[in-house]
Formats: sequence, structure tokens, C-alpha cells
Amino acid sequence: MNAVLETNAADCHPASAPDYTPAEELRGLQLTRLKAAVERSWNHVRLFRERMDERGIAPADIRSLDDIARLPFTQKCDLRDTYPFGLFASPMKDVVRLHASSGTTGKPIVVAYTQQDVHVWTSAIVRCLAGCGLDRGDVIQVAYGYGLFTGGLGAHYGAESLGATVVPASGGHAERQIMLMKDFGVTAMCSTPTYFLHLIERAAEMGVDMKQLPLRAGVFGAEPWSESIRQYIQNASGVEAFDIYGLSEIIGPGVGCECRRHQGLHVLEDLFYPEIVEPATGTPLPDGEIGELVLTTLSKQAMPMIRYRTRDITAIVPGPCDCGRTIRRIERIGRRSDDMLIIRGVNVFPSQVETALLDVEGTLPHYQIVLTREHGLDQMEVAVEVTPQMFEDKIGALQELNQRLQSALDRVLGIRVRVTLAEAHSIERSEGKAKRVIDRRNS
Amino acid sequence: MKIKQISLFAENKQGHIAAPVRLLSERGIDIRALVLAETQQYGILRMIVSDWQEAASILADAGFTIKVTEVLAVEVGDRPGGLAHVLSALDACQINIEYMYAFPRFRASSAILLFRFADPDAAIACLQAAGVNVLASEEILR
Repeated sequence: MNAVLETNAADCHPASAPDYTPAEELRGLQLTRLKAAVERSWNHVRLFRERMDERGIAPADIRSLDDIARLPFTQKCDLRDTYPFGLFASPMKDVVRLHASSGTTGKPIVVAYTQQDVHVWTSAIVRCLAGCGLDRGDVIQVAYGYGLFTGGLGAHYGAESLGATVVPASGGHAERQIMLMKDFGVTAMCSTPTYFLHLIERAAEMGVDMKQLPLRAGVFGAEPWSESIRQYIQNASGVEAFDIYGLSEIIGPGVGCECRRHQGLHVLEDLFYPEIVEPATGTPLPDGEIGELVLTTLSKQAMPMIRYRTRDITAIVPGPCDCGRTIRRIERIGRRSDDMLIIRGVNVFPSQVETALLDVEGTLPHYQIVLTREHGLDQMEVAVEVTPQMFEDKIGALQELNQRLQSALDRVLGIRVRVTLAEAHSIERSEGKAKRVIDRRNS
Repeated sequence: MKIKQISLFAENKQGHIAAPVRLLSERGIDIRALVLAETQQYGILRMIVSDWQEAASILADAGFTIKVTEVLAVEVGDRPGGLAHVLSALDACQINIEYMYAFPRFRASSAILLFRFADPDAAIACLQAAGVNVLASEEILR
């Protein structure tokens, strides 16, 4: 990690100025903006006003940042229940863009932006990319899906506004992505970590050595990924891998991002106010304690979000970052309370499976978790693709491999798992977010 | 002396052996010997082919998980005691056979067996010292 601790020069992009706001000034700014956001929601969002009334509080009751704890939470189901436009605080004539998330269950959720919201979002991404050491002169390939998903257009406008050359590749067509990276001299990649892993695999099959390309940075987000994956990506591709965080409900990518210190993600807290709460009770927790991240948008017009429950589990990193930014950091998000699987009463996160596989084999094979129910009992099966590195020409060696994977998973997860060895490419590849879990327990 | 063998990982499902075999035949690769080691869930298809380099690149490009391994081709007299002589020689040298299978179509008076050893060089030395004919790939592939 020492190799990347060079200089602050890249961090001093003009757009990054708000990252260095003195703490006192930052708190003052946050309070002013919080009051305005509450006022705006109160005036324009019926659901919010009803909830404030139920609690017997009004915008004037917010006098300090700590008073935020008195405000009601907003949940994902609130967006579904008010589908499509129920939480908008701007008339449609002021809304310049809509995005929507793919709804895995029922209706999608819809989010809206005024022109100013789009500008703020763009500036947020510029600050994130600048923090990754990217600037004018970089060639940035955006391999997030373009469309209703916020990833593609969000990263696109941010990279363009940074002054970089944007290659709007969108998702899919791995071979073409690799050709573009090579032929256009791409220096940075924006995609999901899963998709980049897929590109690493395809590049190797095509005989392209990513380490020989000008590619030097990867800004990966839209799903949780582990430190082991970072090591794997960096070793296999030679890029410096950055974690960027965001969610459509708040704005899209650009809520927070790592700087080159890689010691947590700086939350752009002049725009998005972070709190950590105890997931079960909603009680605020102090910096340093692990809980659920709750975010409040401080400047959003079309769709302000007050105390949005992200379901992401993290902690606010206490103390300042060596990079000099004053905005606080959150720890990397390894898990979402939404991703948690409860198998025979045990909490299991798909990311644990990844860690176990990487630890045992030192490589990250494709895998998929399949949950079934036999005789009323949950069964967890993990199908793991056998890579050429893992493959040995002896049945005994394959049985040992199977056993090794099984014990590692049993140990990490604390439950009995059945491992099956699968042929390469037999598990469906994702073009965007990984589909790691197939749950057939209720079918 | 060592013969290149292609080992391919396959799930034990209908049609999973057919695909790589068909691919090789379409590309003009002749499979000279073939054996399948299987468990209930998966198996390893082992092949001696007319052009192992070409075959390996065809299969790898098509996304199959393969490994090129080395085996020995040993000539065994087609008479009682022919195989026993070879095995006794290996036994005397304390060399363990990882697996073995037959290579079809050879001279009428002898058969060819393919052996996989952990240390093929030691096995070659042992067999030759016992007067056993270890064949080169040109001899069995011609």
C-alpha cells in the first residue's frame, strides 16, 4: 500500500475545496442546509409532514445537528408505497431527469433531479474522481449500465465535468470493453467490481495482459466488495482499486469515495449527512461504532431524503484522514442488512463466501449460492467453478479441493454447506451487479 | 519419452463429454486414446490426441478447464505375465502408479499401457533398467 502514498498534489483539485472545509464551518453549513431540507420536505412532501405531525414536531424544532435524531426515518418501502412521484418536492416542470431502480420485488423505485440536483451530483462525482487522483488528461471508461440505473450517467457526467476523456462503453460486451481499453489508452475504469473481475477473466482468455495497458485506476461501486477482492484486482490487473459509494435514493454514485490513502470512504457530508444507528432500534450510535448508515440529503431539491435507512452496515471512522480532508469517512461496506441470508437461524452474508474462497485458493472463482429446503430444513449449496489454476488431473485432488472449500465455508459461515464443483463458464455472468444467490426455499 | 496428455474437467451430466469431443473432431484433431475417471458429480476426461498443442489451445479458447499432463507409454507383451513384469519392476523401485489405462491399436504381439506417475523420470529410469520398452510419442502417434 506504501507505493500509493506519494503526494497530495492529485488531491488538490479545485473541485475538491469543500472536502477541506474546517470542521466548525462544515457543521454550521450542515445545520443551515439541514434546516432548509426539513423545511422543504415539510412544505412539499405529505408523508414527511404527516410523520412530523405524529411526533408533534415542526421544522423550527431543529436547532442543532443533534436534533436530527428527532426526525422520522425514511425507508425504501416509503418509495415503493408512494410510487411513482409521491416523495417529490418539486413540480414536474422543474424535474429534468428521472432514474429508477430495477425492482426485484414489485414496482421499481423512482428518483428525480432538478437541474441543480444534476449539477450537485456531477460535482460530487468530480470530487470523488479527483480524490482517486484522476484529472483532465485521463481517459475514463464508464462500464456501468447507461439508462435508468444511476451508475452510467452519474459517472459519465462526473468524469466529463472533471475534464477527462469519457469512453461511454456502458455495460456488457466484455471483448469490446477490452478492445476499447487497449485501443483508446484508457487510464481509469468505472464499473461494478464484479464486472471488472469478469473483464480480468476475459482479458486473460483473450491473451491481453491488463498490466501492460495504461490502465492505472479502477473506481468500483454499486455493490459491496471485500478487501481480498481489492488485493486480487490490484494483483491481477495492476490498477489501483477505489471503492465509491452511493445509492439512487440519495443521488446515485458519489455519496462517498476512497482517497488514495484507502482508509475508508470520505462521505461528502456537506451534501449528504451521515449517521450510524442501531439497526434494530434506530438509536444513534457514536463515531467508531458499527451500525446501519442513515443518510440525509442536505441540498437536494426534487427529492430530499430525510434520515434514509440505507441498510448498509458500516461505522464512521473516528478522527481525520492523513490526506487532509476534513469530511468524515465511513468504513468500507462489507455487507447490507438486505443481503443477509438467514439459514437455519444463522446469519450469512454472501461476501463471507467470497472471503473464504479467496483465502483458500488465492484466486476468486465464480460461484453461486443456491438455497433450497429439504424436509423443512434449509440447505445451502455453493457451486464453484473450477479454474485452470485449481484443476488437477486427479480425482483425489479434486475431492481434496472440494473438501478444502467445504471446510473453509463451514468454518467461516458456521453452518454446514455443500460445495459442488462446476465447469468453467457454467454459472451465469453478470453484466452489472452480481447475482450470487438463488433462493429456491419457497418455490 | 513423456507423452503429453490432455485432462479436461467435466461435470457428470448428459452431453458434457460430447461437447469437447465434438469440438476436437470438427477441428480435425484425432483422439488416439481416451479414458474417463468419474465421481457421481464430476469427472476428468483424459485424452491422447494427434496434436496436443493445437487441441489444448482449441479447448482453452472454448472455455474448457484443462491441464496438459505427462504420462508414459509402456509396451507390455501380450502374453501371461507381461503386465506383471512391468508392475513388479515398479514395485521393486517403490514407485506408485497414480493411474493407468490402455492405448488401443498397436502391434499384435504387444499392448500399450499409459501410466501416470508423480515422478515420471524416476519411472522411466526404473522401467528401462528392467528392460521395459518406454515409447516416445512419435512411436505411438505415427
